[in-house]
Amino acid sequence: MAINWFKYSSPASFYSLAGKMIPIFVILAVVLLIAGLYVGFFVAPTDFQQGEAYRIIFIHVPAAWMSMFLYVVMACWAGIGLAFNTRLSSMVATAIAPTGAMFTFLALWTGALWGKPMWGTWWVWDARLTSELILLFLYIGFMSLQAAIDDPRRADKAGAIIALVGVINIPIIYFSVQWWNTLHQGASVSLNQAPAMATTMLTGMLIMVFASWMYSIAVILKRTRVIILERESHTAWVAELRKKEAI
Amino acid sequence: MFLWIIKRDLLLAVRRRSDVLTTLFFFVIVVSLFPLSVGPEMNMLRTMAPGVVWVAALLASMLSLGRMFSNDYLDGTLEQVLLSPQSLSLLVLGKALAHWLVTGVPLVLMAPILGIQYDLPAEALSVLTVSLLLGTPVLSLIGAIGAALTLGLRGGGVLVSLLVLPLYIPVLIFGSGAVEANMAGLGYDAHFSLLGAFLLVSLVFSPWATAASLRVSME
Repeated sequence: MAINWFKYSSPASFYSLAGKMIPIFVILAVVLLIAGLYVGFFVAPTDFQQGEAYRIIFIHVPAAWMSMFLYVVMACWAGIGLAFNTRLSSMVATAIAPTGAMFTFLALWTGALWGKPMWGTWWVWDARLTSELILLFLYIGFMSLQAAIDDPRRADKAGAIIALVGVINIPIIYFSVQWWNTLHQGASVSLNQAPAMATTMLTGMLIMVFASWMYSIAVILKRTRVIILERESHTAWVAELRKKEAI
Repeated sequence: MFLWIIKRDLLLAVRRRSDVLTTLFFFVIVVSLFPLSVGPEMNMLRTMAPGVVWVAALLASMLSLGRMFSNDYLDGTLEQVLLSPQSLSLLVLGKALAHWLVTGVPLVLMAPILGIQYDLPAEALSVLTVSLLLGTPVLSLIGAIGAALTLGLRGGGVLVSLLVLPLYIPVLIFGSGAVEANMAGLGYDAHFSLLGAFLLVSLVFSPWATAASLRVSME
């Protein structure tokens, strides 16, 4: 059976697909969030060095991972939109930016809350913190550039260029704790060695990562739907939809 | 064509000398504000000097970005340039280079004098000058992308700083880091190598990205 992969690259068919997918991801996000928080707060043991304060890891690490990952995904979609001139990819990129910025801010904020009891300071000018802050600036730059341009197609393309230029920052954040030996602890989880933490802690963290994933997908789909409606408001199918919803 | 566009931009700059001088005096004034605001304690000024000079250079170079394309955009030259059969990337490289010659080089020449005001030792002065010499072309090249993207937008001047300053940060860190390392008695070769690497990478990618941005902005 031949699948028409491009069917859902049309905003009209993607709109209804996204509408069906959002409830699934919302439910998954809620279930995983509850499970992750339960494991994190009640099952995972107390850390022998950091006491109870370490538990913020269950929010901090997923937020930090998502902040970097969403930027890459955003730049990918923006790049695809720029290269193939597909409208939907650029809309998805635009929809990702606020969620990514939110996670970046969350990572910085929870990091500050974690830093106070552990390092005795809210903020240090350490390589990883600084580059995460730059990431926040990049998100803000992307969003404000798009907001300043009235023509949506030009906004998409201009945003794509600045997003692609900013991608250089992602490897710098990711490897900063290896390149510069600073206050921020090294990665506790990596692919090529056993994780340096108890299994239940790791499970809790991974569940929270999946919860953030599901949340991001749900929110991004929702925001994409809104952007589609906004940009396609002149088309026949939106007019039809409006008529149907009104009844 | 490449040389022609540099020559043309330089000629325009010579005819409108006040633009060049404004940037330079902005640089001087910003650097002079710091001793007035934090106090004339020489030891503190000496440790602050590389950072202050670099931040001021960054701001001065950024403020003049608006001029890189906007005049050509307003009088229609840019449209003709886009239509010409020559490679747009090469032309953009010429414009960025001219921008550096007009704004970057005066800053580099001025920096040692400002360094003396901050009581920097002679060797640190030369390190500061070389770091600026390596760093300011990167600023012009990266800035060209921002200038091209914000062409003809309302509030473009503020927007360009939002876009460009985060990308300037690595240059700032290693540029002022080189001087600080020298004053702390450490080697500064690594900083210079990194600045050189930034220069080469931006030399390759920035004209290309700027050309793409110009095409987007002029559509």
